[in-house]
Amino acid sequence: MIEIHLILLFMIAAAIVAVEARDLLSSVVAIGSVGIGLSLAFLILKAPDLAIMQLVVEIMSLVILVRATMRQDLPFSMSGRWVFNTFSTVLFMCVFLGAAYIALKNIPLGGGDFGIASGVYLREAIPATGAKNVVAAITSNYRLMDTLGEVAAIFTAVVGVMAIARRVGRPR
Amino acid sequence: MIQKGMSVIVKTVTKITLGFILLYAVYISLNGHTGPGGGFAGGVIVALSFVHIMLVFGKEMALKRLRSYVLRGLTCAGALIFLYAATVKFSGGCVPFGAFLEKSVSCRLFNSEITLPFCEMLIIGAGLFAIFVALVLLSKSDRYDSE
Repeated sequence: MIEIHLILLFMIAAAIVAVEARDLLSSVVAIGSVGIGLSLAFLILKAPDLAIMQLVVEIMSLVILVRATMRQDLPFSMSGRWVFNTFSTVLFMCVFLGAAYIALKNIPLGGGDFGIASGVYLREAIPATGAKNVVAAITSNYRLMDTLGEVAAIFTAVVGVMAIARRVGRPR
Repeated sequence: MIQKGMSVIVKTVTKITLGFILLYAVYISLNGHTGPGGGFAGGVIVALSFVHIMLVFGKEMALKRLRSYVLRGLTCAGALIFLYAATVKFSGGCVPFGAFLEKSVSCRLFNSEITLPFCEMLIIGAGLFAIFVALVLLSKSDRYDSE
C-alpha cells in the first residue's frame, strides 16, 4: 500500500501549492492535479466507477474554472482582518478535524450492521438483478431512491444556476 | 482575449473526433450495467464534447447549433422521463399507466439498463453545458466582447 501514501503526499503537496500560489492559473492547475491524484487513488483502491466519474468531473470543473471564471478583474484581497481570518480558519479546522475524528472512529470496518447489508448485496445483487456490475445493480435497483435524489439535486442546481446567471432578465 | 475559434488544424480534428467522443459517451453510460461507467460519467462526457465545440469554434457557433431552450427542454425531458421510470420501478411496473400498458412491457420499456442511464446522461450533459454557457455569458469580458 505504498502507492496510496505516495499519492496522498502528492495531493497534499499540490493542495498546498494551490493555496500558496500567487498566480490564479497555477492554482487552478494545482487543483486539477489534486483531482487527478484522487482519481488515481480511487483506481488503486479498486473503485473504477468512482475513478471514471472523478476524472471526468475534474476535467469539467477545470475547464469551467479556466474558461468561465478565471479573470484578471476578480476582486481578490490578501490584506486586512488577518487576525479574524486566521482565528476563524483555525477554529474551522479544529471543528472539522474533531468531527472527522469522531465520525471515522465510529465507522465499523468489516463488521457490524453495515457488514450484514454489504454481504447481502454481494451475494444476491448479481443473480437478482441480472447486472454484472454490483455498483450499478445497487445504485439503479436497490437504491434507486438515492439515484433519484441525486438527479433531483443536479436538476435543481441546473435550474438555479440558469435562473440566477442568465444574461438578460425577463422584462416585467 | 477570446478569439473566434482556434486554428484550422484544431477545427478539422474536432470535426473528425466529435462523433467518436459522443459515441464513447453513449457507450460509457450504457455500459454502466456491465462494467465501470454510468449515466453520470457519460453525461459529463457529453457536456465536455459540447464545451469542446464551444472552445474550438467560438460561442456563436456552439449556441447556434444548440440553443438555450433546447438545453432546457432536454434537461426537463430527461428529468421527467427519469422520474416516471423510477416511479414505474418503485411500483413494480404497474403505476401510473398500468391500465393500458402491460406490466412486462412497462418494465421492459423503463428498465434500469438503458432508460435510466440515458435519461441521466441527458440531464447531466445538457445541464452541465447549460451551466457552462451561463457562466461564460455571465463573465464580464465576454459581455463587452459581444456587444
